[in-house]
Amino acid sequence: MNNGIKQLVILSGKGGTGKTCVTAALAHLASANNPPVSIVLADADVDAANLELLLRPRVLESQDFQGGQAARINEDDCLGCGDCAAVCRFEALKINNGTYRVDPIACDGCAACVFQCPEEAIVMREQIVGQWFRSDSRYGPLFHAALHPAQDNSGKLVTLVKQHARLLAMDENRHLVLVDGPPGIGCPVISAASGADLALIVAEPSTAGVHDMRRVLATTGHFGVPSLVCINKANIHPAGTIEIEAYCRQHGIRLAGRIPFDTGVIEAMVQGEPVTAYRPDSPASRALLAVWAQLKNVLQEEPV
Amino acid sequence: MIIAVASGKGGTGKTTVAASLALAISAAPITFLDCDVEAPNAHLYLEPELMLHKDVGLLIPKVDQQLCTACGRCAEVCQYHAIVVLAEKALVFPELCHGCGSCTLNCPEDAIREVPKVVGELEAGPAVSGINFARGTLNVSEPMAAPVIRQLKNWQPFPESAIVIRDVPPGTSCPVVESILGADFVLLVTEPTPFGLHDLRLAAQLARSLGLPAGVVVNRDGIGDSRVDEFCRKAGLPVLMRIPMERRIAECLARGRPLVKSYPEYLPRFQELYTRIQSLAAANGSEVTLAQIELGS
Amino acid sequence: MKLAISAVEPIINAPFDARFGRCAYFIFVDAETHAWKASPNPALTSGGGAGTQAAQFIAGQGAQAVVSSSFGPNAYEALVAAGIKMYSARAGLVENIFEDFVSGELEEFSPSSDSGKNARHGRHKGARR
Repeated sequence: MNNGIKQLVILSGKGGTGKTCVTAALAHLASANNPPVSIVLADADVDAANLELLLRPRVLESQDFQGGQAARINEDDCLGCGDCAAVCRFEALKINNGTYRVDPIACDGCAACVFQCPEEAIVMREQIVGQWFRSDSRYGPLFHAALHPAQDNSGKLVTLVKQHARLLAMDENRHLVLVDGPPGIGCPVISAASGADLALIVAEPSTAGVHDMRRVLATTGHFGVPSLVCINKANIHPAGTIEIEAYCRQHGIRLAGRIPFDTGVIEAMVQGEPVTAYRPDSPASRALLAVWAQLKNVLQEEPV
Repeated sequence: MIIAVASGKGGTGKTTVAASLALAISAAPITFLDCDVEAPNAHLYLEPELMLHKDVGLLIPKVDQQLCTACGRCAEVCQYHAIVVLAEKALVFPELCHGCGSCTLNCPEDAIREVPKVVGELEAGPAVSGINFARGTLNVSEPMAAPVIRQLKNWQPFPESAIVIRDVPPGTSCPVVESILGADFVLLVTEPTPFGLHDLRLAAQLARSLGLPAGVVVNRDGIGDSRVDEFCRKAGLPVLMRIPMERRIAECLARGRPLVKSYPEYLPRFQELYTRIQSLAAANGSEVTLAQIELGS
Repeated sequence: MKLAISAVEPIINAPFDARFGRCAYFIFVDAETHAWKASPNPALTSGGGAGTQAAQFIAGQGAQAVVSSSFGPNAYEALVAAGIKMYSARAGLVENIFEDFVSGELEEFSPSSDSGKNARHGRHKGARR
């Protein structure tokens, strides 16, 4: 159904567990594979898109992203009756010198006020809330985006970035779409996981990390996306690592590997490279190679 | 005084800093709100006894098909395409619905009433050191965190505290904005790495666009490089505290122990942090920012 | 009977567009007369709910069957409610896909064959483990 192209999404639940570093390393390992696994990359963490810092891509194309809409009141027509504010559930309408004004940040774009205004003084305006980019990187094409701070609709932007990645993969007959996912479990994560053949959960063995890993696994489970777990910074809290391993065993979730805490990862980040490219012999790099081997096995097993 | 502890990037230590700050000044009445409703973690550090509970309901339309004439007005007004009219029936898609109430208001036959759909829950109770603790949790598979955060902020299960500390989710979009709206100060926790810098820039822009004073805590100081410090200097963002990278600290936090409990030498440092925040917030309060003028408040 | 086919361009020999909710155009073809008409998909730039919006659109145009690559759970639910039969195709030109439809060669779409991708309701709960 998808011409044999596989889609792998990297998630975590908790922020800061190392998704982006792992994604960049996998991108490098895919291109260094023998034979090379051709990939298209998508950075689905549109709020805080960091993947480009490790891939140093060349931007080929950029487009404005229209995220949604916000209400706008024509002051001249406004009577100050307040019917709009009475129906607004997002606290986006405030009175100022006798007329009402919309707070575009609080406005959800529901247009309830538009239909309520007796003077028809309110219209909806499309908002340009960010940009998306098509770039070229060392390891393959990269689609990424930047949502302007305080903006909404990251789910839609995630979907757009992924769709472009997928279409390009289909056009160029690439093997794998590699998606760097956002933290959390809400709309942007659901959008990022949608359509994936496999999710790799990068878990951190801290108490908080284990707690959030469970929630993101429940999310991928709910949406029927098979998941593997790899434990990052595994030696920081051995008790946590044991807990994760036991949880995975109990729930029939395959462990993709354990990556030790390794200062080489930060050094590589400062240099703007994946750790596997910068320090191929470091403990983290060797562990990542093992994770990649596991992923290849599972991706090849999955029915199309 | 409401302090929002945010970061942009995940995993920099927001919850660590927010919890330690709360513990350090817990002699005063404080309320701690864990607004990271997708992945709430603060309870691990503050160990609240969550005795109060409230469901978070999003009002979803329910159409009385007997009264419905399939006129299509509801589908016309719905901006999210969560209600469509097909084959003479109005069909509702709850997970697309934002609970705005517009379809209900505009149905000419009054055929729609709203029914709460539970999308999350709020919990509250006393935590260690007399801290009033409340948090929101988004149910797995629910897409929207913002309504849960909004209701958490409005809940007020405790008598009003002079100081409220909000643990904000990572990122810079809707849930983060909702968590920060109404705060007096944004405390940005960062790490001195390229990722930390990149996301700090965005978070600082966010604080600025909301018209709020901000300050920075540099966590894991010593790893990475000096670009975060350079950025803060150029942007006029005061660095209010530094926590060095130390393996023993990382391990203590991984175990779920608050920093100030394992290393009490940090208590006065967090108290000092609060004092600095107080004076920065007070200084800002005297100017009316552009954002406030725009909104007429 | 009227068939809707998702297309990349507004002409009968356009390439097929695999997306339903966010395809660029729908080509409506009369199965008996072979007369056709192209319409831009109003759901293309939708924030959320593109599937439901597209379903509503083609229902409003009188389509009784639709061909796309796959249908998300919301679109599926809406199309079932509207009584519109769903078929899937992979690639090709719209006019060839139409011919396949007429000769009964197109596969009917069923959500279980989509193996849980693009799920939003949690309808496809079985993880492949």
